[in-house]
Amino acid sequence: MTAQPSFLENTGTRKGLLAWILSTDHKRVGLLYLYSMVTFFFVGVSIGVVMRLVQLTTFQKLITAQTYNALFTLHGVIMIFLFVIPGLGAVFGNFFLPILIGAKDVAFPRLNLASWYFFMIGATLAILSLFTGGGAPDTGWTFYAPFSIKTGTNISLAVFGAFILGFSSMLTGINFITTIHRLRAPGMNWFRMPLFVWATYATSWIQILATPILAITLMLVILERFFGIGIFDPAKGGDPLLYQHLFWIYSHPAVYIMILPAMGAISEIIPTFAHRTIFGYKAIAFSSIAIAGVGSLVWAHHMFTSGMSSFATMLFSLLTMIVAVPSAIKVFNWVSTLYKGAIDFQPPLFFALSFIFLFCIGGLTGVMQGALAINVHIHDTYFIVGHFHYVMFGGTGFAFFAALLYWFPKMFGKMYNKRAIYASWFPMFIGFNMLYFGMMILGVMGMPRRYYVHLPQFHWMHVFATVGSWFLVLGLVGFFGTLLYAIFKGEKAEDNPWGGVSLEWTIPSPPPVENFETIPTITTEPYHFPQEEQA
Amino acid sequence: MSTEQVHRDDFGSRLGMWLFLVTEMVLFGGLFIAYSALRHRYPMEFHHGGAELNATLGIINTVVLLTSSLTVVLSIVAIQRSEKSRAIGFLSSTLVLGLVFLIIKAFEWSAKFHHGLYPNAPHLATLPPGEQVFFGLYFSMTGLHGLHIVAGMGVLSWMLYMVSKDQVRADRYVHLENAGLYWHLVDVIWIFLLPLFYLAA
Repeated sequence: MTAQPSFLENTGTRKGLLAWILSTDHKRVGLLYLYSMVTFFFVGVSIGVVMRLVQLTTFQKLITAQTYNALFTLHGVIMIFLFVIPGLGAVFGNFFLPILIGAKDVAFPRLNLASWYFFMIGATLAILSLFTGGGAPDTGWTFYAPFSIKTGTNISLAVFGAFILGFSSMLTGINFITTIHRLRAPGMNWFRMPLFVWATYATSWIQILATPILAITLMLVILERFFGIGIFDPAKGGDPLLYQHLFWIYSHPAVYIMILPAMGAISEIIPTFAHRTIFGYKAIAFSSIAIAGVGSLVWAHHMFTSGMSSFATMLFSLLTMIVAVPSAIKVFNWVSTLYKGAIDFQPPLFFALSFIFLFCIGGLTGVMQGALAINVHIHDTYFIVGHFHYVMFGGTGFAFFAALLYWFPKMFGKMYNKRAIYASWFPMFIGFNMLYFGMMILGVMGMPRRYYVHLPQFHWMHVFATVGSWFLVLGLVGFFGTLLYAIFKGEKAEDNPWGGVSLEWTIPSPPPVENFETIPTITTEPYHFPQEEQA
Repeated sequence: MSTEQVHRDDFGSRLGMWLFLVTEMVLFGGLFIAYSALRHRYPMEFHHGGAELNATLGIINTVVLLTSSLTVVLSIVAIQRSEKSRAIGFLSSTLVLGLVFLIIKAFEWSAKFHHGLYPNAPHLATLPPGEQVFFGLYFSMTGLHGLHIVAGMGVLSWMLYMVSKDQVRADRYVHLENAGLYWHLVDVIWIFLLPLFYLAA
C-alpha cells in the first residue's frame, strides 16, 4: 500500500502553491476550502469580539454607530456566506464524499475547483465592498429593502459578491448530486451509503433549488440601485415585503444547508465511538430528506411581524413546528445509538455530544419562536441572536469542530494532542454558553438586536456575555492552535485510529492520490461492526 | 491529476446539465413569483402595460427562437450521422437566428426608450405605480432572458469550433447535446415571457 504517494505530496510537474490552487483533486480542493474558511472564520470572530467590547459600555463607545452597523453586517456576511453555508459540505463533503462512496473523485473535478475560485472571488468582492464606493454596507446581512436600495453605502458590490458565492454553492450541489448518482462503488446501493452522504445529498438539493432564488433577489437589488426598476419600491408599485419573501425562500432553506451536513457528520461519529451500528438508519436518512422538503416551506416565520395576513402567519407557524420533528428524530436516534454501546470516549465524541446539547437548546428555542404569541414579543431582540448562534455556532460550528477532530488524522496523517483539545473545550463551552445564553436572557428582558447603545438595566448582562466571549475566543485559539501544531509536529496517525468501519478508514492516512488502489466492492450495510456481532 | 483516469460518463454529464437547468428555472422562477404577486395586485395596470408592447414583434421573435431550437436539434442529428458540414451549417443558422432575435429585441427596447417607457424615465413616473412596475419587470425579465441568449450563443459558437476541430463527433457529442439543452431552456423561458408580457393586454 505504501507504493502510492499520498495526496499531500506533490507528484505532478507543478510545485508549491500552484500545485494546490490548480489541483482538481477533491481532497486538495477540500483543504483549500478548509484553509480559506477557517481564515474567514477568524476574521468574523474578531469582528464579533469588537462588537462585544462595544457593548461593555452603555454610551461612551470605542467606535461610531455607523462603524458598528458595518461591523454587524460584515460579521453576518462573513460568518454566513463564507463559513457556515459552505461549511461541512465544502470541506468534508469535498474531501470525504467520494471516499465514502468508493469513488476516485467527484463527477466534475474541474468544475469543483472552479467552485472554489467562485467562492474566493465572491469573498474578495464582499470584502472589497468595505473599502470602496460609499463605504461599508450597513444593512445587516439580510440586505432588507427598502433600506438596502436607499442607503448610500456600497451595497451593490457586497450583494454581487454574495451572488457569486451563490454560484459556488450551486455548482457544488450539482457536482455532489451527480457524484452520488453516478460514482458509487459496486454494491454501494442507496441504503448502504453512510449517513453523511445522505445528508450531503439532501443539502445539495437545497443548494440547487433554493440558491437561484437568492441570486435573482440580489440581482434585483442591484438593478433597483442602478436603474430604479421599482420591484421593491412602493412608490413605483413594488413591494418591500416581496423582497423579504424572496430572500427567505432562499435563506431559510440555507439554514438547513448549514445544519444538514453537520448532522450527517454527527451520524458518522456517534456509531464509530459507540462501536455499534446506528439506530434507525433509514429514519435518519429520510429525516434528512424530510428536513430538506419541509424546511423549504417555512420561510415566512422570519416575517411574522412584517405585516402578512394572519392566515399566512398561522400556516407558517404550523409548518415551523412540523420541521422540528425530523430534527428530533435524529437526536433520538443518536442517543439510542449510544445506549448500550461500547463507548470509547475521545475528543470527536466529546464535541459531538456538545453539539447535541447545544443544538437541542438552539432547536427548542427555535420552536418557541415558531409560536406566534411568543414571536411577537421576542422578534428582533437579542433572543433571536442567541438562538441562531446556538444553532449555527453551537450546532454547525461544534459539529464542524467534531468532524475536524474525527477526520483530522485521516486528512493530515497526524494525530493531535488530545489533552490540549479537552483543555480548549472547557473555556470554549463555558464561554459559549455565557455569551449566547446571556444574549437570550437579554432578549427576554427586551434588548433589541443591532442596537449600538443599551439601557442601564441591560448592562450587567452585557458585561457577563462579553466576558463569555473572551473565554470562547481563548478556547477557539487553543483548539486551532493545537491542530495547527499537530499538522507540523504531530505524531503520525494510524490508518484507523478510532476503529471506524466506513471506507475512509480502509485506506492509508493521508489518503493516496487515487484514494483506492482498487475500487472496493461493498457487501455489508454501513456501520457494520464485527465486534458487535461477536458480543 | 486524478481526472485523467476517470472514465467518460455521458449520462453523468447530461445529469449535471439537467441539474444546472433546474437552477436556471428557479432563477427565473423568482422573477415569475414577483410577476404573479404584482400582477395579482394590479391586473388593470398590467393590461395597459401589455397594450404598449408590440405583440407582432413578440410573436415573430417566438417563431425565430423556435426555429433556432429546431436547427440545434438538426445539428445534433447531423453529428450523429457524421455529417460534419451539415452540422456546421445548422449550428451557424442557429447563431444567425439568435442574432435576429437580439436585433428585433433591440428595436423593441429602443422604441420603449423613445416613448419614455423605461425605469426612472420622467414620462413613466407620471403613469400609475402598477404600470411602472410592469415595465420594471418587463426590462428585468426580458433583459435577463436576453443575457441568456447571448450566453447561449457563446456556448454554441464554442460548439461550432469543437465541431470544426472534430472534438465533437459521432462518438462524442455530449457537449453539443448539453449546449442544445441550454438553448432549449432559453427558448422555453421565452415561451412563458411572451404571454405574460406581450399578450397581457
